[in-house]
Amino acid sequence: MKSRKSIIGGAAAIAATFVVFVIPFLFIILMAFKDRQQSALRDFSWPAGFHLWDNIVEVVKTRNWMMITAFINSSLITVVSVTLLIVFAAMVGFVLARRKTRFNGLIEFLILAGLMIPPAVVPTIWLLQGLKLFGTLHGMILIEVAYNLPFSIILYRAFIATIPRELDEAAVIDGARPLDVFFRVVLPLLWPVTVTNIVVQSVGIFNDFTNPLYYLPGNANATVQLTLYNFQSQFSTSYNLLFTNILLITIPPLIVFLFFNRQIVAGMTAGAVKG
Amino acid sequence: MTAAAVPAMKARRRSLYPGWFYAPAAAIYAVLFLAPTFASLYFSLTRWTLFDSVFIGFENFAQFFREPFLIQGLVNTVIYAVITSGLKVVLGMLLALMLTSQIVARGYLRSVIFFPVLVSTVGVGMTFTVLMHPTVGMINQGLATLGIQGPGWLVDPKLALFSVALVDVWKGVGLATVIYIAGLVAIPKDYYEAARIDGATSLQNFFYVTLPLSRPATATVITLSFIGGLRTFDLIWAMTKGGPGFASDTVASVIYKQYQAGFYGLSTAGNVVLFVLIAVLVVPLTMFLNRKQGHE
Repeated sequence: MKSRKSIIGGAAAIAATFVVFVIPFLFIILMAFKDRQQSALRDFSWPAGFHLWDNIVEVVKTRNWMMITAFINSSLITVVSVTLLIVFAAMVGFVLARRKTRFNGLIEFLILAGLMIPPAVVPTIWLLQGLKLFGTLHGMILIEVAYNLPFSIILYRAFIATIPRELDEAAVIDGARPLDVFFRVVLPLLWPVTVTNIVVQSVGIFNDFTNPLYYLPGNANATVQLTLYNFQSQFSTSYNLLFTNILLITIPPLIVFLFFNRQIVAGMTAGAVKG
Repeated sequence: MTAAAVPAMKARRRSLYPGWFYAPAAAIYAVLFLAPTFASLYFSLTRWTLFDSVFIGFENFAQFFREPFLIQGLVNTVIYAVITSGLKVVLGMLLALMLTSQIVARGYLRSVIFFPVLVSTVGVGMTFTVLMHPTVGMINQGLATLGIQGPGWLVDPKLALFSVALVDVWKGVGLATVIYIAGLVAIPKDYYEAARIDGATSLQNFFYVTLPLSRPATATVITLSFIGGLRTFDLIWAMTKGGPGFASDTVASVIYKQYQAGFYGLSTAGNVVLFVLIAVLVVPLTMFLNRKQGHE
């Protein structure tokens, strides 16, 4: 039985969060339903007609189907870099937590440095050009891996410390080699942190605007964040299309959220606070 | 790679935790992060066209600190980071307290507060640019119905930076809340029982039990949001492009503008300035937060 006080508090909280958090999203949805004239008013009103489908078609067709290219590019970058991040970061976290050598201090320093130091943008572009990776999808993938490794490693290292070493040793006695121990015993046990990593990194990389802006120029390699600028111009903005675009690129994070909502808090408890 | 490497390791020493597990991560990190960082120390001292560079010593830095709007960008960056991380700590803590209590509709509240974390920063920025329009924007229209004359959120030079910072808090407070929830749940219930037997009020409970014991969470929230605030670029770029004038320029947006204008050496010098700024502010801060934590 909930007390009366908690019900009143809850009602106040629902009202406050509705105004602050829900209304902006309702606004996006309403704008996406409007036609050009009505959306130009930019008010919080009911759409005069159902234009969502027309808007979607127009957004997708703009600039030679740039939206389709962008979705493919963004998905590819996200899936490949998150996969690499998980395998490589877990490998580092595993050895770092298990094997104490005099290099551990240096490695941990490099990880912290990676969290803090802002990437040196122009030298990176210069280097990517030298490696013939500038403006390519695989170059972009490697950049995302490099920039997000430290955070993933920290999450993994904290969690691996909670897995008993005896498990590794038992596997060795059963005849497993290091790679088997890692991929067949340890990695499956890391699933809770892997979920956190998938959620945090895939959302971060899918929504990344700054790095593609620098390292992936040109419409052929557009990512979804760049498509937002298609409907903004100095003289007139197609607000209905802009908000339809915002709505479309919010769908993948929404799906991730619906799938992993419960595990997010659990993973954070395991990694972020203890680390 | 693996087929060749494993027997080799086996022959040398039967380590369960082979050092080459570091190799893939180390290679990518060294080439794409460490090497450019070291190169930036040299290139920040040059006039640079990407094809050739002329060594000019500290001229870029001198120019950086000579231009008033660049100094302004530096000050703005610090203000922005302090405001956003401060508000995220306070609001995140309050929201987490609310969400770990016996409040109704907890699931709904948690989802609603967390969801903006997942949405594209640029999309959020563009949405709030529309909502914050001085006359037709929904925020000022809403205030007008209450009889309040809303300010020109993004067009008033005195206000623009703060408006963007508020949107940053709106978007990011959910993450702070989740970290605090994780921290609060980890506090053993015994402490509260002991405090209750001693006759502590709920305010005393908060200041003497909850606040000190959630220090690891506070350290995490402050460090993450402070570094994020110092490096902020996409939200500023989506909402004001550093304007009006240079009123909301931060170091990161200055770096981008110099890059766009082709001043690669100057842009890289800006990067080094940002790097030094973060080191000078964040290293003592984390040391302070972690030392206190050790004493508890």
